[in-house]
Amino acid sequence: MIILTGNDLKTGAVTWWNGADWSLYVDDAVDVGEQAEEILAREEALRRVNVPYSIQATREDDGKVRPAHIKDRIRALGPTVRPDLTLKPQSPEAIDWVI
Amino acid sequence: MYSYDHYDQAMVDARVEEFRDQARRRLEGKLTEDQFKPLRLMNGLYLQLHAYMLRVAIPYGTLNSRQMHALGDIADKYDRGYGHFTTRQNLQYNWIKLEDAADILADLAKVEMHAIQTSGNCIRNISSDHFAGAAADELVDPRPYAELMRQWSSFHPEFTYLPRKFKIAVIAAEKDRAAMRLHDIGIQIVQNEAGELGARFYVGGGMGRTPMIAPMIRNFVPLDQLITYAEACLRVYNRYGRRDNKYKARIKILVHELGKDEYTRQVEEEFAHLLSQGIEPPLAELERIRTHFADPAFEDGTKQVDRSDPDFAVWVDRNTHRHKHDSYVSAVISLKPVGGIPGDATGEQIRIMARLAKQYSFDELRIMHTQNVVLPHVKIADLHALWTELETAGLGAPNMDTIEDMIACPGLDYCALANARSIPLAQRISERFDASDKTARLGELKMKISGCINACGHHHAGHIGILGVDKKGTENYQLSLGGSEAEDTSLAKITGPGFTEDGVIEAVDKVTDVYLEQRQGEERFLDTYRRIGMEPFKEALYGA
Ligand code: HEM
Ligand code: SF4
Repeated sequence: MIILTGNDLKTGAVTWWNGADWSLYVDDAVDVGEQAEEILAREEALRRVNVPYSIQATREDDGKVRPAHIKDRIRALGPTVRPDLTLKPQSPEAIDWVI
Repeated sequence: MYSYDHYDQAMVDARVEEFRDQARRRLEGKLTEDQFKPLRLMNGLYLQLHAYMLRVAIPYGTLNSRQMHALGDIADKYDRGYGHFTTRQNLQYNWIKLEDAADILADLAKVEMHAIQTSGNCIRNISSDHFAGAAADELVDPRPYAELMRQWSSFHPEFTYLPRKFKIAVIAAEKDRAAMRLHDIGIQIVQNEAGELGARFYVGGGMGRTPMIAPMIRNFVPLDQLITYAEACLRVYNRYGRRDNKYKARIKILVHELGKDEYTRQVEEEFAHLLSQGIEPPLAELERIRTHFADPAFEDGTKQVDRSDPDFAVWVDRNTHRHKHDSYVSAVISLKPVGGIPGDATGEQIRIMARLAKQYSFDELRIMHTQNVVLPHVKIADLHALWTELETAGLGAPNMDTIEDMIACPGLDYCALANARSIPLAQRISERFDASDKTARLGELKMKISGCINACGHHHAGHIGILGVDKKGTENYQLSLGGSEAEDTSLAKITGPGFTEDGVIEAVDKVTDVYLEQRQGEERFLDTYRRIGMEPFKEALYGA
């Protein structure tokens, strides 16, 4: 699948396109198929996201989304060396694939 | 220490307000990211993997306790409770919000700090010897010269858009503690036969994808021509440096392509021309600056360390450096606890270091390019009390210049340019070597790790270096041996095929075993490597 990601303009937080808005959770990401460029241009112009781009990802059997590249997996989770600063403490369910 | 005059303060304050307006316009959508990016970068604000990152300049690594305290407060108020000290003697915050950035710059300006020229193709923060003004072996304090160059290079209109970034280091001892010859310009303050001070210029060093050791281009530049000569070096580069290719744009490529002699000839020609232009600041200005770096009021006291506490004695042997006054030492605060993240300190630890500087070190601190902190002037009589406080704060690791005192760049945990993670390697290596007693047996062993070819972690200059590469989407690591960034500067050589994360840790273990088996007398790892060459290490790693 093709999913969209970027950083929040104000906070810099990593976000994922869920079809209507930008979510902090990669599992909310939706397949945008052919529409990537169109959504990216629109959302960036609306300043709802900063420097967004499209990436390859797969949806696992349990419904979790796994970005193809390690860089985006680390973006999705947070720094692997500071688990306390990742999404895990608030959302233990969020990400359980191995980096 | 240098303190701002009203020009400095007015410039920095004006810059904060200018940036506040730019950030506001970006948030309101009046500027696009393409328009805003160069503006934010000029103020040290990057966009990294998880958030904005702010790089704060610490000129020649010197700061006072008030400034250090403010850095700790910013970590807690605007970031997630910590900061990262870097190899360029700067501090980086990893979790900055664009909305807060101008307020942070305003807080910094209140303590005479800023983030100007910490990014972009300009002259960056000038680095220096972290023991400057304290070391027993220095000729003079190099910082007044570094400060003069800071003033010259700040907002220099001609050098704001160089072909590429430009880094300068200034030292004044035979021992090089600032990787001077791996800078675009390295300056060593020296004395001629007549006893006069002058500057020796090395130009065209650097790390990155094409590491080079700077050749010396002038043995002695009189002090009243220092700025003029530097200006000539920059002018030739600005004119002929390659703007067509980002990867060939550093001055090292120009010096290499022209050849040292031709580059030098052009510099000398430009210099001769510039001498007639009268651009050199008057020597009185250097004198004015020098008064800011006068020695504090040292007092005679105990010269002997009480070694009755064995843990303390180990720390003293490892983490203190000989001071020019025999009742003092410089004390190194290690930011490399076993299993920790090299260079990270919490807001609370930063404030503790600030307080200890005030109490024990005439209010002064230094940031080392090895990502540690120095209290430059500690009375020998106070050392035990200081160490006790450091131990309590988790800052007492006795490991300076050992394999545990690794440099590691942020790598793929934070950096958008990375190929592989560096921090987890640093953590695992320090844990492993600490658990056996190998660290102590190895003695001085400088290990440096970068997460990509940009070499922010100085891997080319490590006795052992590790470079993270991308191998079909997985992290892979190249091992190299034999680098040095000291006065015996050398570039490390790659051992052979790369390793996985587990594999490279095993590999480090193996090469240190080779050293322990082969070393003669007092040889360091580097000395043994230089004597026996790469082969025995290769054999241990890859078989015959
Ligand atoms: C995380 C954000 C960072 C980015 C985007 C970044 C980017 C870069 C780039 C692109 C280069 C290569 C420049 C060239 O060869 O032309 C470089 C070199 C370097 N960086 Fe970084 N860096 C970052 C963090 C750091 C940190 C944290 C340190 C200190 C630990 C550091 C210190 C250096 C040094 C010492 C060099 C080599 C200087 C040279 O080539 O002469 N950087 N950096
Ligand atoms: S060496 Fe590469 S990975 Fe490490 S900080 Fe520099 S640019 Fe990032």
